Amino acid sequence: MIAPHRHLLQIEGMHPPQIETMLDLAESYVLLNRSGKTQRDLLRGRTLINLFFEDSTRTRTSFELAGKRLGADVINMSVSTSSVNKGETLLDTAATLNAMMCDLLVVRHDQSGAPNLLAQKVDAAVINAGDGTHEHPTQALLDALTIRRRKGKLEGLVVAICGDILHSRVARSNIHLLSAMGSTVRVVAPPTLIPADAARLGVEVFHDMAKGLAGADVVMALRLQRERMNGGMVPSAREYFRFYGLDFEKLSHARPDAMVMHPGPMNRGVEIDSAVADDPVRSVIKEQVEMGVAVRMAVLDILSRGQNRNV
Amino acid sequence: MSDVLIDHVRLLDPATGLDQMGALLVRHGKILDFGPALGRPDGVAVVDGEGAILCPGLVDMRVELGEPGGEFRETVASAALAASAGGITTVAALPDSKPAIDDPALVRLLRARGEETGRITVLPYGAATRGCRGEEMSEIGLLTEAGAVGFTDGARAIGSVRMMRMALSYAAAFGMKIIQHPEDPELAQGGAATQGELATRLGLPAIPAAAEAIMVARDIRLAQLTGGAVHFAHVSTGEALALIRQARDRGLQVTCDTAPPYFDLNETAIGAYRTFAKLSPPLRADSDRLAVVAGLADGTIDAIASDHQPRDADDKRLPFAQATPGGTGLATLLGVTLAQVQGGQISLMRAIEMLTCAPARLLGSTAGTLARGAAADLCLLDLDRVWQVNVGTLPGKAQNSPFDGRALEGRVIGTWKAGRRVFG
Repeated sequence: MIAPHRHLLQIEGMHPPQIETMLDLAESYVLLNRSGKTQRDLLRGRTLINLFFEDSTRTRTSFELAGKRLGADVINMSVSTSSVNKGETLLDTAATLNAMMCDLLVVRHDQSGAPNLLAQKVDAAVINAGDGTHEHPTQALLDALTIRRRKGKLEGLVVAICGDILHSRVARSNIHLLSAMGSTVRVVAPPTLIPADAARLGVEVFHDMAKGLAGADVVMALRLQRERMNGGMVPSAREYFRFYGLDFEKLSHARPDAMVMHPGPMNRGVEIDSAVADDPVRSVIKEQVEMGVAVRMAVLDILSRGQNRNV
Repeated sequence: MSDVLIDHVRLLDPATGLDQMGALLVRHGKILDFGPALGRPDGVAVVDGEGAILCPGLVDMRVELGEPGGEFRETVASAALAASAGGITTVAALPDSKPAIDDPALVRLLRARGEETGRITVLPYGAATRGCRGEEMSEIGLLTEAGAVGFTDGARAIGSVRMMRMALSYAAAFGMKIIQHPEDPELAQGGAATQGELATRLGLPAIPAAAEAIMVARDIRLAQLTGGAVHFAHVSTGEALALIRQARDRGLQVTCDTAPPYFDLNETAIGAYRTFAKLSPPLRADSDRLAVVAGLADGTIDAIASDHQPRDADDKRLPFAQATPGGTGLATLLGVTLAQVQGGQISLMRAIEMLTCAPARLLGSTAGTLARGAAADLCLLDLDRVWQVNVGTLPGKAQNSPFDGRALEGRVIGTWKAGRRVFG
């Protein structure tokens, strides 16, 4: 057992054994969940706060479910960021949470690095549930678990991440995790959606889906925000779908057994064709959601071990 | 289609360096063979070239066709007549029409309209931004699939630096260039003549020559930032050419063309407010004209384009500052270029190169060279024939030539499009 972490803020910097420990533990929670049993004594008496400064349904629900299955008291706090000075609010909130004796703090924020700032100020273990365009570590863990269960391994796989890499925290976390675990990671997108120096993160950059998907074991489509579709960075939704939308024609360039993933929520007919998204053999999009709960249970489990509080 | 042997000609093809006396045989619209000793097959008509030059049909990479939306000035059919008279068989059409060429269907329309004339191949540019308004990127990928050969907002500069960055970056994924009208729109706004003593004496609102260099410098930097390819149209100043020369030395994807007014005329051509000499960019000082000539000679300038901009009387019969800029150029493109050959500034081979294979290469077209099996697009040229540009009698519809009265030496005496004689 690798020494427990204090927080889970980012994948970057995590070592393969740490990642493997989390995935192995998550694997056991998959079995537990499927058996219909719970482990409600594990986090009994602990308080988990879902602190969401940005709208989310599935991630918040997933954490809530994970916490409840382990017996924690789960509180959801949604905080609007529109009106107030964000930095001040964030630190004020930290002080409030400390006073509440929160044990596990799940944070989503539209600013990159906000969870890092909170982690400096609160006593709780902070779990980044997505910060700006930085990272979304539990998403990468659940994606890795989904891949590992389907392919039996992560090492040596070719994973193509397609779409809005520039604004995607999912892409960044996946790039770090999969690269660390020995996968070859490609990013495929129009040049306007690829961040500067992307290749320096250890990925191969493609602007053509046929080339980027050639021989891929895993194809991951990312959501394209609507406000970026109308001539801002992409000319139109129909052009995006024509050249970058994941349909069976483009998927035919990947390996015949390539699996299709999407972190959700999907824009059908923009970054992914419904026929591909709903394909029962190729698409593992629903499985990703199931893995999400198990991975978050594992993360809560591991981080709570690092705390000295006795219950 | 009748087969024809064009005999006793000086075969000239800069793409291959060919320059020799001989003949060329056209069969079924294609070049079957050419060379010094060519037999005459039975049933083939003969055209005696009498020692004239036979070169590839010219490729004009910057033409406003008038369609759609400006049919009262020029149509594809009338522009094709002027092109044939000028030895031009391929034209790249600007997209800032009404509506702008920002939809794949319009690209296909223009290609079809060219085919209908039987005289020219129209290679449409796609609008770089929707409506050529400079605000939102157009569907560059879909337009490329439909047959667009490059992206530009035509005579409007892409002024927003963010938009230009985006377009350069995005178009690069499709192997496409952005063709820029290199003139800072804010510095050029309302201007009618190049800044200097003459504009001051005439009391005309002026555009500084630096408006071109500023835009060129900016876009070179953006090409470097994005890895994209930028082409500057109708470069008219020495300062801009110096920047382009440096950029190419650094290996950046930067190319440019100029148009005959900028190496044949200077600002004095506007004389007593001659609106036919009001162009965009404006005619420059003679020092800039000489720099453009030097750019032709040293290879900084890749191609010569007519920058044909048809205007009607309502556009031009106005006080100078209110007149619409633009001049016709299809019929005079070759003749005015040849004046540089006669003046000894450039070789004949270099002149024809900048009118054939060089622009074709920039457009990604296989036209502009004599190749066996290729469509017989040909230009027969008599270097010694003298003629005078007379506005009112020019082929085509628009008559707003800035070269009215200019005596030229060297004239097209025959043009073939896909083996069919369309002029002479």
